[in-house]
Amino acid sequence: MVVMGGKEIIQLDDVNFYYGECRALSNISMKFVKNKVTALIGPSGCGKSTLLRVLNRMNDLIDGTKVEGKIFFEGKNIYAPDVDPVEIRRKIGMVFQKPNPFPKTIYNNISYGPKLAGLGVEDMDTLVEQSLRQAVLWDEVKNILNKSAMNLSGGQQQRLCIARALAMKPDVLLMDEPTSALDPISTAKIEELIEALKKDYTIIIVTHNMQQAARISDETAFFYMGNLIEYNKTEKIFTNPDMKQTEDYITGRFG
Amino acid sequence: MEERRHTSLHYEMELQEIKNSLIYLGALTEKAIQLAMKSLTQRNTDLANQVIRDDDEIDKMDTEIEERCIKILALRQPAAIDLRFITTAIKITGHLERIGDMAVNIAEKAIQLNEEPQLKPYIDLPRMSGLVEEMIKNALDAMIKGDLQTAEKVRETEEAVDNLNEQIFRELLTFMMEDSKNIHRSLLVMHVSKNLERIADHAKGIADMVTYMVTGENVRHRPQN
Repeated sequence: MVVMGGKEIIQLDDVNFYYGECRALSNISMKFVKNKVTALIGPSGCGKSTLLRVLNRMNDLIDGTKVEGKIFFEGKNIYAPDVDPVEIRRKIGMVFQKPNPFPKTIYNNISYGPKLAGLGVEDMDTLVEQSLRQAVLWDEVKNILNKSAMNLSGGQQQRLCIARALAMKPDVLLMDEPTSALDPISTAKIEELIEALKKDYTIIIVTHNMQQAARISDETAFFYMGNLIEYNKTEKIFTNPDMKQTEDYITGRFG
Repeated sequence: MEERRHTSLHYEMELQEIKNSLIYLGALTEKAIQLAMKSLTQRNTDLANQVIRDDDEIDKMDTEIEERCIKILALRQPAAIDLRFITTAIKITGHLERIGDMAVNIAEKAIQLNEEPQLKPYIDLPRMSGLVEEMIKNALDAMIKGDLQTAEKVRETEEAVDNLNEQIFRELLTFMMEDSKNIHRSLLVMHVSKNLERIADHAKGIADMVTYMVTGENVRHRPQN
């Protein structure tokens, strides 16, 4: 078990994950610390995205998958029979690789989730503004809230998706390569946003961009072939990792 | 420990070229010290002038290595062992360049000393320069092999050089007390000894950086026992 300093919010206890016969995660035990940014890195097929989706039960939606072990979110096993996966996904939000706004107005992109979930929001205008401000998008869209979200640039769309996730008042944000489809300026804006958001949220991010992991994360976990090889402070991983495999990967001595 | 190669062979080559250049620069500084000492012990001023001329090559090499390191930092964003190697290389080339300057200092003192009768036979100074040349060689060897033991040996030798410097200092004091006509030459010889001692410090600096490169631990300001 790898333990980091700080209050844990998610804990994995000997987790295995299977796609049919194929084991995608092997005996993963780790803790994610509250109000930190944790980066999951590793080559394609190492299990990092699978792990991300296991954390909010997104893999439930894929047939033939199986989870073993326990995953605790604030002390409660999220795979216990009495747990509603929809409720879990509300508390553990997700942002994907490609911006995927709804083909609706900017305003409705934000309000749709809370309405559907029956959050009973008294003042929707305030929630929309708050969420857009948190995602540092407000100033750019405040005069076009009733325009289609599809007209926004890629970077703006991705920040809208983040705002949309924040409107659900989650505790944790999962991000699966959130900037890989964006230009450097939009990427810098999202990275800046991530650093600002960790004050209120716990962020777990999958990235193929090693410099991005180095820039924005507090902790980094390196995965290889479904195993957690090394989990440590980001600074330690990128200057002097303990494991040879980690070093080979981050210095480009792989394959 | 066998090192895996980088997926990018160009990157692999760029790092190897920096290593080769550091070895070459190390050899240039060793040669500079040897010639400077030879100009002193054989009273040959031509050799001293050669050391002063050749220092341009050392300075050029230093600038070139530093530029290559900066280019790698900017373009390759090295991490872990590669990052530690590049930062180490930047420091090592700086140490070697300073060693070159000190060889020039020695050569300049040799020129002055060669214009006067020899104060005393040079016995400890050649011993000292032999030790510092060995230190530079070992320190660079340790870098290439990532060998901590050799780096440690360099640190140990530095103490021996310090002791010789002290001894020479005391001996020269007696010469100066004996006859005030000896003072000028004694001070010049003391300069030579002091420069060798400082070269040893730089060689130790290189060894300390090698230890950092291998372990990630900074031992430069470790209290001495």
